[in-house]
Amino acid sequence: MIRTLIVAAGLLAGWEVLVLLTGVPPFILPPPSLIAPLFASHGDLLLHHAAITVLEIVLGLAFGVMLGLAAAISMMAWPRLRDWALPLLVISQAIPVFAIAPLLVLWLGYGLASKVAMASLIIFFPVASALFDGLRRTDPEWLALAQVMNAPPHAVLLQLRLPSALPSFGSGLRVAASVAPIGAVVGEWVGASAGLGYLMMQQLARGQTPLAFAALLVLCVIGVALYHIVDLVLRRTIRWSADSLDTARSDLDRL
Amino acid sequence: MVSVAAASSGAAPGIAISGASIRFGGHEIATALDLTIVAGRTTCLLGPSGVGKTTLLKLIAGLVPPGATGEIRASDGFPLTGRVAYMAQQDLLLPWLNVLDNICLGFRLRRDPAGLAAARRRALDLLAEVGLEAWATASPSQLSGGMRQRAALLRTLVEDRPVVLMDEPFAQLDAVSRLELQELAARLLERRTVVLVTHDAFEALRIGHAVHVLAGRPVRIGAAITPAGLPPRAVDDQQALALQAPLLRELAAAHASLRHAA
Repeated sequence: MIRTLIVAAGLLAGWEVLVLLTGVPPFILPPPSLIAPLFASHGDLLLHHAAITVLEIVLGLAFGVMLGLAAAISMMAWPRLRDWALPLLVISQAIPVFAIAPLLVLWLGYGLASKVAMASLIIFFPVASALFDGLRRTDPEWLALAQVMNAPPHAVLLQLRLPSALPSFGSGLRVAASVAPIGAVVGEWVGASAGLGYLMMQQLARGQTPLAFAALLVLCVIGVALYHIVDLVLRRTIRWSADSLDTARSDLDRL
Repeated sequence: MVSVAAASSGAAPGIAISGASIRFGGHEIATALDLTIVAGRTTCLLGPSGVGKTTLLKLIAGLVPPGATGEIRASDGFPLTGRVAYMAQQDLLLPWLNVLDNICLGFRLRRDPAGLAAARRRALDLLAEVGLEAWATASPSQLSGGMRQRAALLRTLVEDRPVVLMDEPFAQLDAVSRLELQELAARLLERRTVVLVTHDAFEALRIGHAVHVLAGRPVRIGAAITPAGLPPRAVDDQQALALQAPLLRELAAAHASLRHAA
């Protein structure tokens, strides 16, 4: 956390120096010293649009994660479904999500729904694929033990495969948290009446580059904060992820 | 289901393995292997690594490891399913459950609340007996290797199955804990049908009613060595000690035969 702040401060200082040395006009690249006061003078405006973007991201994350969880678990539970769903999943990833953003706006309107859908679509795949991969990689010795214990299939899935896949799910969720803002912002660029992406486009069109940069910085802070919150929650809840890698794997004599 | 339940509460059955074959990595590990496991006794399978002991054990457990086939029959004619407890070489403790919940894993997986309550009481008694009572709510990652193995042994015992299959259960323990756990296991597994795979000749002679040496490729199962007296035999049991030297020689020959085959 401290390191992130130091790196951020370093970047800002470098940026200021660059503008000073090259003398770029502020409408091309405003220095941080010109952007900083805007947080005070336009604070309410930024906050209003930031709240909307955060809402889109959080809802998108919630829906995307739920869909990903449901898809991965049902593919694991019903092998026949997996045979059909897996190719579908791969094909769906061949469609660039950005290309369908205008369609989503056309179908779902300029409001919140199209951005949430956009973010969900982006988040769905990393979550579903990471969790599905984790569910498949359960230690075969654990499964053998459960089989001798006469564990029913749903108990194996929920009590063995799912918890052992949570560290993989965690990495998928971290990726999802870092791409979630992309979905929301792209949605706002295509068509919106609010949100930080909308604010950026609007201010750039009016030559108000410093305010667009202020919106961009707020977006960065949201992205970093989101990642750290997700990371913190995962570390608190999945304490065994580090441990599960090195549990007594020394004796490889399995014959 | 009723008949199996009735059978499982009854006397431990013997096990007949017939025509077992194991292929692994292009090698014929075993062909047309027959072995009879005596009911209510502890049978130790002794042999070098790679001879096929673990695969044979998994076959008995009904796990049908890849490349292995064979017929496994219980002497009472009922299926073995649901009557076997299995302890693998790794402790297989689940890192997200505490020690007590790990020990009661079978009852949790089977969603058997009544059985779980009884299993927890039994687990707590056993934890006290092996000196782990303070660790019941600890995470397995806080335990040492030997403590983890004890917990895995307790999980096997709490299952309370008439047939118990164990794969090198005490391999990672220090000498003193090993002797203690051998005694505990022999006592608590009395009158059950136990198959124990081990590298340790003295361990086999201490807790086995019958000891077989597995050698060669394809594997041959040696005639049963049956030390006198009842297990667990004392550390200074003269007859067990006397049997140890010839057994070690046989084991050394088994190692040599396997190197030769490979």
